Amino acid sequence: MSDIVLKTENLTKRYGGVHALEGANFELRKGEHVAIMGDNGAGKSTFVRQITAVEQRTSGQIWFDGKEVNFAGPIEARTAGIETVFQNLALADDLDVPSNLFLGREKVLFNLGPFSILDRKYMRKATEAALIRTAVKIPNLSNTIRHMSGGQRQCVAIARTATFASKLIIMDEPTAALGVQETAQVENIIRTLKDNGEPLILISHNMRQVFDLCDRIVVFRRGRIVANLRKQDTDGNDIVSYITGAKTGEAELAA
Amino acid sequence: MAQTSHGVGGVGYDAKKRAWPAELNVFLALVILVVVFELIGRIFLGDSFLFNTRSDVSAIFNEARLQIIILQVSIVGIIAIGVTQVIITGGIDLSSGSIVGATAMIAMSFAQVATVNGNPNPKAMFLAQGWTDLPVIVPVLVAIGCGLFAGLVNGALIAYTRIPPFIATLGMMVTARGIAKWWSKGQPISFPTEGFAAIGKGLMPVIIFLSLAVLFQLIMTYTRYGKHCYAIGSNEDAARMSGIKIANHKILVYVIAGVLAALAAVVLSSKNLTAQSGMGVMYELDAIAMAVIGGVSLSGGRGSIIGTVIGSLIFGVIISGFTFLRLDAYYQEMVKGVIIVGAVVLDQWRQRLRAMRA
Ligand SMILES: Nc1ncnc2c1ncn2[C@@H]1O[C@H](COP(=O)(O)OP(=O)(O)OP(=O)(O)O)[C@@H](O)[C@H]1O
Ligand SMILES: [Mg+2]
Repeated sequence: MSDIVLKTENLTKRYGGVHALEGANFELRKGEHVAIMGDNGAGKSTFVRQITAVEQRTSGQIWFDGKEVNFAGPIEARTAGIETVFQNLALADDLDVPSNLFLGREKVLFNLGPFSILDRKYMRKATEAALIRTAVKIPNLSNTIRHMSGGQRQCVAIARTATFASKLIIMDEPTAALGVQETAQVENIIRTLKDNGEPLILISHNMRQVFDLCDRIVVFRRGRIVANLRKQDTDGNDIVSYITGAKTGEAELAA
Repeated sequence: MAQTSHGVGGVGYDAKKRAWPAELNVFLALVILVVVFELIGRIFLGDSFLFNTRSDVSAIFNEARLQIIILQVSIVGIIAIGVTQVIITGGIDLSSGSIVGATAMIAMSFAQVATVNGNPNPKAMFLAQGWTDLPVIVPVLVAIGCGLFAGLVNGALIAYTRIPPFIATLGMMVTARGIAKWWSKGQPISFPTEGFAAIGKGLMPVIIFLSLAVLFQLIMTYTRYGKHCYAIGSNEDAARMSGIKIANHKILVYVIAGVLAALAAVVLSSKNLTAQSGMGVMYELDAIAMAVIGGVSLSGGRGSIIGTVIGSLIFGVIISGFTFLRLDAYYQEMVKGVIIVGAVVLDQWRQRLRAMRA
């Protein structure tokens, strides 16, 4: 079907004997915001790392944007249009905000291979625009991000996904370290994405947030998808019982 | 001031929050050091460290001393430029001194004259093959080739086998020194062509050092290569996830360090008019010390070529300061050890301070 943005079949990842992800079948449609929930170690981040090719999967297939994909690495996934806010942020502490925003895809003035001259002015302007668009407030763009608060750093990571045109945004626990105000801000960014029809996968432990922002909830438990429920067909208690294993078996969407 | 740190929207600027460049601190240390030597000199020796005191010369500064300070650090300084890039990327290079030794021997063999005072050059390595009196470009290219190869081996070992840079370059340190000794069975190689001898003549080492420093300062600041050096040293995982090709980048960094060490070998052997297998012993430590004194953090991600240049000047000032105070050469060496360890302690201390403020 053409309105499927992302689909995985039997996606599996093992680290030696650890079955971190087992036979995950997952689908995401155009404009849809899907939440992934599950206990610590359930395999949520592992799932993200396979889709974004940060790691190579053990087995299984992935379709993105209408065709089967085998990304060799994260840059290919990103070029194809998957923007990710990783759980461990993936920021370089000793670089300033524009350098972090453009890390790995710097805008260059002249292409001289590795010695390409950077277009620093452009990157700075684009960073300012991205921060304004996402309503992120940073004291000084040219400072390294080392001394920024957890919230500010998270905002930089999120502004990064909003800077580049994408077909799918994945956020792995984007508000885990944030205060009330910053969380609200990130949620606003996510609502804006929804209004623009941009599909999103949100990994979160925050039940309120998930029910506020997402259309569908997928529950991971011990590396397996154990539930796939539309928001209106479930509630917090139901989800918790899947997360803890009180309810088992894959709960399918009522077709 | 909640306005500046919380999400109201837009970008705020607070001039006070602009970071104070670390190089300024290093420069301050240099100035203080010079002042200290100047004061000690005036008080105890009745002589000036920095200024001209001879009535027969009309100059403000003691130019001879200034020249010595920078001349004696410029060759190791060339190495330190490469070492700085390695350390910023989160690595370390212990092989530079041995690369200097091996490269000096090999390159000098291609820079020799055929006849000395009408007799065949007694030291010529390739007299029989007729590889004498070659144009200067030949030994220079041979040297670059040596540095490139050594750097490639270092880089590939580190990038692909994932052994710590400390071990990989330690291996190269021992092996390259072995090659330096094996090359001519321990014999010095002498009598270079005039063209080759011109490379290290007079103030040429200083000019070469400073030109390379400017070039690489620009590269580190304005190119993608420089940005990625800092990114990898700062957070290698983040750099990988951002799609930076870590292995390729590391190889390039060690190749550049190797080539710079090789260039230092050319300048050194040209300046000395001879190459010996013991050349460059301990240079790697001096180079690392210059970088660390100059504010390059051993944990990666921080520092600059400018910092290293200032660090090398501090190094030079200390050494000539000791000569000026007529302290024995033995003391100089002992103090050098203290400087190296002190610089690393300072680096740790700086980091702890930074962590406390964060
Ligand atoms: N590189 C690795 N090597 C070995 N085991 C790993 C590796 N990465 C993850 N694991 C294991 O895989 C399992 C799933 O980890 P994952 O990071 O996906 O959990 P998660 O659902 O994201 O948890 P959290 O909510 O804490 O972020 C865990 O048991 C973890 O220990
Ligand atoms: Mg996780």
